[in-house]
Amino acid sequence: MTTVMLNRRYLLAAGGAVLATTGASGLLLPARAEGLAPTASMPGGSNNYRQGAPIVERIGKGGFWMSGTVRRAGDGAPLAGQRIQIWAHTTEGREPDPQSHGATLTDKNGVFRLEMPQIVPVFGQPHGHLAYDSGEFKTVFLRPVMASAKDTSLEAHFVLQPA
Amino acid sequence: MALIWSAIALAVCVPLAAAAVSPLLAWRDPVYIIAGFAGIVGLGIMLFQPMLIGGYLPGLPARIGRRVHLWTGAALVAAVVIHVGGLWITGPPDMIDALLFTSPTPFSPFGVIAMWAILAVALLAALRRRLGLRPRTWFRAHRLLAIVIVVGTVVHGLLVEGTMETVSKVALCALVVAATIKVMADLWMWRKRRTLRDRIDMDASSA
Repeated sequence: MTTVMLNRRYLLAAGGAVLATTGASGLLLPARAEGLAPTASMPGGSNNYRQGAPIVERIGKGGFWMSGTVRRAGDGAPLAGQRIQIWAHTTEGREPDPQSHGATLTDKNGVFRLEMPQIVPVFGQPHGHLAYDSGEFKTVFLRPVMASAKDTSLEAHFVLQPA
Repeated sequence: MALIWSAIALAVCVPLAAAAVSPLLAWRDPVYIIAGFAGIVGLGIMLFQPMLIGGYLPGLPARIGRRVHLWTGAALVAAVVIHVGGLWITGPPDMIDALLFTSPTPFSPFGVIAMWAILAVALLAALRRRLGLRPRTWFRAHRLLAIVIVVGTVVHGLLVEGTMETVSKVALCALVVAATIKVMADLWMWRKRRTLRDRIDMDASSA
């Protein structure tokens, strides 16, 4: 598990989150952070969405990491305690199956990460699904694609605007 | 003679065998597996279609090949129906996105366009007498649609990350394209030669 936690992608994600945080406080990138545009939903992002996936420690037996950040549009401030729902076709279940769905909350830096089973290609692409659908901000559905089906992690980043 | 047949058999059977041992199959339902293999079979049939028309298959001269081409064409339609129908059962939202051209996957529109072109050829073939299509019009329509089918299918297949093994998939796709180009070039040349001969005959008779 330690090796997975310390891989390049995670360090990049964590580094990016730190940058975003400092940028938001106006120390590093005040000009760029000012006009941060909201993330648009991706085509097909909401496919096989199940409303109200439970918050879980991890989905199934794990082995794969889904991570990302949640920030506020405009100033880019990290959003803590935001519920992100995650699902995918994995070694343990199909996309629509309830056991393939889970949710997690962002930490104080607006970073979330949830362990889940290995994503396997389905419908021609190895991809995952994420949703922000808690009402406070506008709903966003993401559908990131893995660069390689062998990857053991995937990232998606949300920039939310008030509903 | 045996060489061409064994080469063709290999070109079609190796991709099927390679897909049959794909690790992805472990995480797929039977319907999804059948749908995927129907796609590979369809691609395989597409190698036979131009070979039958050109009479390149030993023992099957173009005269007989043209009749077989009709039946293999019908089999191709069946393969497409199983492919699309099976994927619809497996993942309705993804299939609906594909059919509406709103899918995020770049290969989907190529597959859907090829599907419509295959169905259009089948429909034209079935109705061309009733519609009173002249042979020349039918030939032109079929040739145009065949290009759409081959290009659409090959791009679709190459971009899909599925159960097919890459090398055998690329090889089969390359052969389908090569056979299509070859038969179209040959048909063009044969027609040109015939027109030329007819003209000479006419000149001779009018002289």
